[in-house]
Amino acid sequence: MTDSQQETDLVSVTIDGQQVNVNSGEVLIDACEEVGVDIPRFCYHKRMSQVGMCRMCIVEVDTGRGPSLQPSCMMTVTDGMVVDTQSESTKKVQDGVLEFLLLNHPLDCSVCDKGGECPLQDQTMAYGPGETRFVEEKRHFEKPIPINENVFLDRERCILCDRCTRFADEVVGDPLIQFIDRGNSTQVNTFPEDPFASYFSGNIVQICPVGALTAKPYRFKARPWDLEEVESTYPNPMGDRIVVQSSRDQVLRLQGLDSEAVNWGWLSDKDRFSFEAFQSEYRLDSPLVRGGGLNKADKRGVGLVAASWAGALRIVTESLKDLNSDRIAVLGGARLTNEAQYAWAKLAKGIIGTDHVSADLGDELPPHALLGLPRATISEACRPKSTIVLLTPDLKEEYGTLFIRLRHAAKTLGVNIVELSPTRTGLSNVAAVSLHPLPGEIGNVVEALVTGDVPREVGGIAGEEITQAHKYLQDADVYVFVSRSSIGQSTVPIIEALTSFQKLDNCRFLPLVRRGNTMGALDMGMAPGILPGRNTLSSGSSLFSDIWPNLPSEVGADTKQILQNAADGKVDTLFLLGADPISDFPDRPLAESALRNAGIVIAVDLFVTPSVYESDVVLPAASFLEVNGSHTNVEGRITPIRQKVTPPGTARPDWMIAAEIAHRLGYDLGIETPEDIWEEVISRSAVHGNLDYRQLDDDQNGYLITATGRIPFTPSQERLETRPVDSYAMRLIVGRRMFDQGTITQMSPSLRSLAESAQLRINKYDFERLGIEEGALVEVTSGGLSVPIVVKVDDRVPRSSALMYGNLDGADPRELLIDGSHSIDIRIDPTVGNNNDL
Amino acid sequence: MTVPLITTSRWEIEDGHTLEGYLRTGGYQGLRRALEMTPDQVHDEVKKASLLGRGGAGFPAGIKWGFLPPDVWPRYLVVNGDESEPGTYKDRLLIERDPHQLIEGCIITCFALGLSQCFLYVRGEMAHGQERIAAALNEAYDQGYVGKNILGTELSVDVLLHWGAGAYIVGEETALIESLEGNRGFPRLKPPYFPASIGLYGKPTIVNNVETLSNVPWIVEHGGEAFAKIGAEQSTGTRIFAVSGHVKKPGVFEVEFGTTTFREIIMGDHYAGGIRDGNSLKAFIPGGASAPWFFEEHLDIPLEKSIVDNEGSMLGSGAIVVMDNTTDIVKACHNVVRFFSRESCGKCTPCREGTNWLEKILDRILNGHGRPEDLDLLLDVCDNISPGISWPPKQTTICPLGPSAVSPIASALGRFRSEFDSYIELGNSATPVTMMGDGS
Repeated sequence: MTDSQQETDLVSVTIDGQQVNVNSGEVLIDACEEVGVDIPRFCYHKRMSQVGMCRMCIVEVDTGRGPSLQPSCMMTVTDGMVVDTQSESTKKVQDGVLEFLLLNHPLDCSVCDKGGECPLQDQTMAYGPGETRFVEEKRHFEKPIPINENVFLDRERCILCDRCTRFADEVVGDPLIQFIDRGNSTQVNTFPEDPFASYFSGNIVQICPVGALTAKPYRFKARPWDLEEVESTYPNPMGDRIVVQSSRDQVLRLQGLDSEAVNWGWLSDKDRFSFEAFQSEYRLDSPLVRGGGLNKADKRGVGLVAASWAGALRIVTESLKDLNSDRIAVLGGARLTNEAQYAWAKLAKGIIGTDHVSADLGDELPPHALLGLPRATISEACRPKSTIVLLTPDLKEEYGTLFIRLRHAAKTLGVNIVELSPTRTGLSNVAAVSLHPLPGEIGNVVEALVTGDVPREVGGIAGEEITQAHKYLQDADVYVFVSRSSIGQSTVPIIEALTSFQKLDNCRFLPLVRRGNTMGALDMGMAPGILPGRNTLSSGSSLFSDIWPNLPSEVGADTKQILQNAADGKVDTLFLLGADPISDFPDRPLAESALRNAGIVIAVDLFVTPSVYESDVVLPAASFLEVNGSHTNVEGRITPIRQKVTPPGTARPDWMIAAEIAHRLGYDLGIETPEDIWEEVISRSAVHGNLDYRQLDDDQNGYLITATGRIPFTPSQERLETRPVDSYAMRLIVGRRMFDQGTITQMSPSLRSLAESAQLRINKYDFERLGIEEGALVEVTSGGLSVPIVVKVDDRVPRSSALMYGNLDGADPRELLIDGSHSIDIRIDPTVGNNNDL
Repeated sequence: MTVPLITTSRWEIEDGHTLEGYLRTGGYQGLRRALEMTPDQVHDEVKKASLLGRGGAGFPAGIKWGFLPPDVWPRYLVVNGDESEPGTYKDRLLIERDPHQLIEGCIITCFALGLSQCFLYVRGEMAHGQERIAAALNEAYDQGYVGKNILGTELSVDVLLHWGAGAYIVGEETALIESLEGNRGFPRLKPPYFPASIGLYGKPTIVNNVETLSNVPWIVEHGGEAFAKIGAEQSTGTRIFAVSGHVKKPGVFEVEFGTTTFREIIMGDHYAGGIRDGNSLKAFIPGGASAPWFFEEHLDIPLEKSIVDNEGSMLGSGAIVVMDNTTDIVKACHNVVRFFSRESCGKCTPCREGTNWLEKILDRILNGHGRPEDLDLLLDVCDNISPGISWPPKQTTICPLGPSAVSPIASALGRFRSEFDSYIELGNSATPVTMMGDGS
């Protein structure tokens, strides 16, 4: 993908006698690599700034003033440059540097995790001297010290290349590891009592050129030569490219894959270390049926009992036969591969004949906003001089690698970020403008921002600040990144904001979803009124009617309505496809009531989540490490998911479960492998038109859907009135933390303890105003609802707002939500902590 | 011709460091003179003076000033007061005894170059100097010599003091800039980080030594030509040398630049007064610990930059360290190498690992565990830090600190290899060392 590169001039360079044309401005070490001349290096990393510290890449360069020894990572190519990477003096210097690096490096390769994939070892084997001339005592440090929960640092092995420290400071803005001391005592370390508390710490292990940094989940688990690997995709909204490495049918490590379009090799710790969850003993490995066993579902039964597939599927099939299809509904599907989503959409809509299918769990933007706006890619947005407007929560918490890309764009590409987030975020200090509209007011703020017609104050923001931000929308390509930044705010104000942005003619959008493959789910028709290929039920029915025989004609219910119908006893069979509405749906009592009152609840999942626990039939599914298929990221980029290990027990791929149910209903889904699905999709879906499924593995950037489809954005017609916060109240923001009580995090031993407990975060000025102390227990009320919670000072939260993260141990912000409100005001009662021994 | 004292004229005056004492002895006349001229005229005077930088490299200041790219603003003047080369203690005295002269030099330079911000970086250990320069700067601000509308003119210059934290490497200009920015004192790679184009906060920056700027008021007051008449053709004016080691009267002496010889300054009665205790000269370091050593036969060389360069060493920071015949050369060599090893910043591999290795080998030789092959090993390690061990040195390192550790080894081994052999064969020194020397 070259869409982030500018047109460049070529210059002529002679490399080892070979005259070649390379892009001007390119770094010499890269230019050499492109023509097949590999220069050894340790500190150089193409995704970070150059420091020229290790001196390993010194070569002889002649720029017209005679040959001199220069580090090739610090030189840009110039016309007529003559480079000799093999000269006697080059070799002498490189051998010398290698010897220097080895002086104090322990020769413990045989017990070092890096042994076998270690650049220092490789260099030494290839070029190093057979024996050491160093007879003195080596440098000593305490052997591996933990620098955070998961990463260990062995300073004796460290060659001080500055990669990890640069990554921490430059790439993710967590400068918590630094060089300390000097000369021979120079070492990387954390500050005393201050661990390397970064969401991205696993990356430093991946880029360490020696075995100095190791991560707990992989330490002492395998030797690199015993690992098998496959390139795949982590099914998060970004579709981060990964390499899955396993040994003896056990996944042992996920590494980031450097794809130019998406994650540049980086991963958040949540994703990198989460493979543990998929191998946990808590994985479902056989079907479960409620009742006393004997393969009979009994709604009154207290427990879930292991059953055979045949028995479980018989119950499922029977629950579907002779039923009014209007009383069958399917929730979830964002966890699935594109192929499984298609299979389930076809089963539900084409065979069972229900349109009550929804992958959303009440926390996404509506499908027309996700599919109907002119879409941009990340790389298009990250072009010099463009403006990125963020209508998002803290990307550092929720979209780790996107945060890294945008931080880079703002810091080094000259991209102007206009941030309109509810709180200060990880990007605020690199943003051109960082504004924090009151929840519910984003529509009014954006209207002023877009038109430049700015009142004195709007949405808690002074007019001049908006005027300043308005300048960045002039004469620039504008890219709006948008997501449901808080479930404390309805989607109405966001749709208003998006409607305002449509007044700009140079504006494109990147709508972000909150669950892994929601984009794929929409593209495969897992939303009411939508058919695969971004067709509507009415416009697409003729395309699909021959292979989807029982296609309904009426648009079905959305998630909330499905749950309401179930709660009202109007749903006989409810499928949960990797969905946990009890934990995730904003109205928890409704979700609980729905599962209680539905005729039969059939869950297809990996774990016993709270909702699975309430289900009647549980079908164990295979995870993304155990299936073949593909993933669609927020850009509409389709990348492969590749099986590396076998599923536990009798767990099966989701698509296979759908095909099996169809078969038992007397239909043939026409799917024997995931590839079969693509033949069908491509033949019907214009947006997938020229996808060549067999070539998907060949390009790390995958296949990008560029067509818009037939689901138009529905602009908002009217505008909400501004609703000021009265001086006794605070506006509630419901955020998400990277580590929470989510199933995957909690099932990963390395991540579990990183989740904090629930706190109410407010600005220190509000603290003083309310006269409470940090750590005090207060009661927070909203309408007639109230929860007790501990308060904490957090200056990222603007005045008059209060931030609560969802899905943490302790108070649940969903208990404060009032159905139908566009924003939530809370009051804080500080007296509860004093007269109560809680 | 009697040579005037240009930079040290107030050192004997009790209150020369105060504004009152400074004004009484003709202070701030250069500034007043400069303000009557155009900035370009002032710059021209400094060019005419062909004032060589006094920090170590000896680059002409007027030419350096001309390297600032046009139309890139803001730009800064940074004063390098992080004098830490072993044997060098002239800038410390300039700061302690005549701080106003330095401040005046800074203001004139800022005027000549159109700058409004000057950073004065003073070495962390110079506690007394820090007090003196701070007091002087306060007086200068109070009396309108620094700050807004200096002496009622349009010129406004702020001078910001910054204390170092005790690292030799920060005397290297790019490391000093990093330190000023609040970062660890790591040198930057040149190219591309030449301060004149990418300096402090990424902006064009002139970095000048304390002594260099202390010459500027006199040059402007008396004219560049008057300055150029003093000294040799290319090494003009006067220069301060610090003589230390085995001499009768160690001290700091301002001498005519380029004409005075090493013999005069080491042996002359007005200067260091000769070798102590009637001993004889064994070797001397002509320009700070980084410089290759000179010997008896070099005594009649004048203190002139290009001549000393051609002889294979440098005047560097103006520190002459004298070793008499009682000196244990291996220990002397070890002492200097140990300094560089400990002061290596740790950034680049050859210096961090190489200087420490050199120190450890010398340690071992001194402890009686040397091996015959160690001497060639020492030289080969040196060669990997500074390919060819030539002068001026080539380097595989980022900055010249690594090659600095090569100089003492190359000099000592080149001239006194037998003393090393003696340690290796006998396990101890060939030189009978007594504290006072025995006059033999």
